[in-house]
Amino acid sequence: MATEAHAEGATGYIIHHLTPLHVGEGFWTLHLDTLFFSAVLGGLFLWFFKTAAEKATSGVPNLVQSFAEMLIEFVDQQVKDSFHGRSQLIAPLALTIFCWIFLWNFMDLFPVDIFPLVGSLMGLEYLRVVPSTDLNATFAMSISVFCLIIFYSIKIKGPWGFAKELMFQPFGPWLLPFNLLLKLVEEIAKPISLALRLFGNLYAGELIFILIALLPWYLQPVLSFPWAIFHILIITLQAFIFMVLTIVYLSMAHEDH
Amino acid sequence: MSINATLIGQMITFTLLVWFTMKYIWPPLFDSLEERRKKIADGLAAAEKGQENMHLAEKKAKNVIKEAKEQSSEIVNQAQKRANELIEESKDLGKKEGERMILAAKAQIEQEIHQARESLRQEIATLAFSAAEQILGAEIDKAKHQNIISKVSSQLG
Repeated sequence: MATEAHAEGATGYIIHHLTPLHVGEGFWTLHLDTLFFSAVLGGLFLWFFKTAAEKATSGVPNLVQSFAEMLIEFVDQQVKDSFHGRSQLIAPLALTIFCWIFLWNFMDLFPVDIFPLVGSLMGLEYLRVVPSTDLNATFAMSISVFCLIIFYSIKIKGPWGFAKELMFQPFGPWLLPFNLLLKLVEEIAKPISLALRLFGNLYAGELIFILIALLPWYLQPVLSFPWAIFHILIITLQAFIFMVLTIVYLSMAHEDH
Repeated sequence: MSINATLIGQMITFTLLVWFTMKYIWPPLFDSLEERRKKIADGLAAAEKGQENMHLAEKKAKNVIKEAKEQSSEIVNQAQKRANELIEESKDLGKKEGERMILAAKAQIEQEIHQARESLRQEIATLAFSAAEQILGAEIDKAKHQNIISKVSSQLG
């Protein structure tokens, strides 16, 4: 990727904007911008909610607490709607997923050139600020969720119960290999679809912002303004979808068929 | 777009975030929500109860007022009745008293008449006696006699 980035013109501009700031080689490459911005945004999320939680009162809440409670009630409602078991983990997990992804996606609404410009002033060659346009970030989250799905499946149904579910459903023991194949595909499709859906939406959105930024200046507002407004919907929706699907997958893992 | 070690870093960050949220963020906020929900529910119940109590008190007050009104009108009626009775009684009493007084006066008058008659009679008798004395003691003189008679008669009148 680094070699392509030196290309000139529109292609060069686009590639430059989509190349992360990285160190290392091969698998041990680290995307510093993704790690940095997602950590900062995660910190922002924790700081905001911690502020609210520290002053949490059952009396009249202040604005910070009201907003935090609004989100908490919203997430709690989603969890209650689809998840019927008892779990200390799922609701906080869903809240973290929703807020963190929303903040990631929100970085998409900043003008595409601002952060790379600031970065170049600081001597950074590349800077890609939207963590959800990095497959590593989205896969990290979906694989974590996948691990939780497997963990809870085994914990609730027992190793044998989970194995039985993989082998004997949906067509009964006589079609065991077919069942197993079907089930494995079904399970593995979960994290892949989660990660790729989020990545695809945000990557495409970012790409369109970059393409708009290539147009003459007088055309840019006409296009980027409606696209940004539409994008507000998309970033919220994608965060919501990821959260709801996580809840649904985990509740499926909790249920015996 | 290669998958690389960033993934591991991101997973660690994610785990830490979820752990922190689960430990320090969700419980206090959720508890305060639940507590407030309970408070509101209690408050609403208390308000409802208060309203019910108020209705009851209003009803009670109405009853009390009604009773008091009834009582007072009864008292007024009784007082009026009593007053009428008193008037009637005093009327009767007055009448009787008057009659009694008239009777007493009449009796007194009669008595006085009787007394007067008695005293007159006695006086007449005395006069007659003195006249007879005079007549018997002196010569019969028509003129003198006449004089005595006229005296007596004037004393009688």
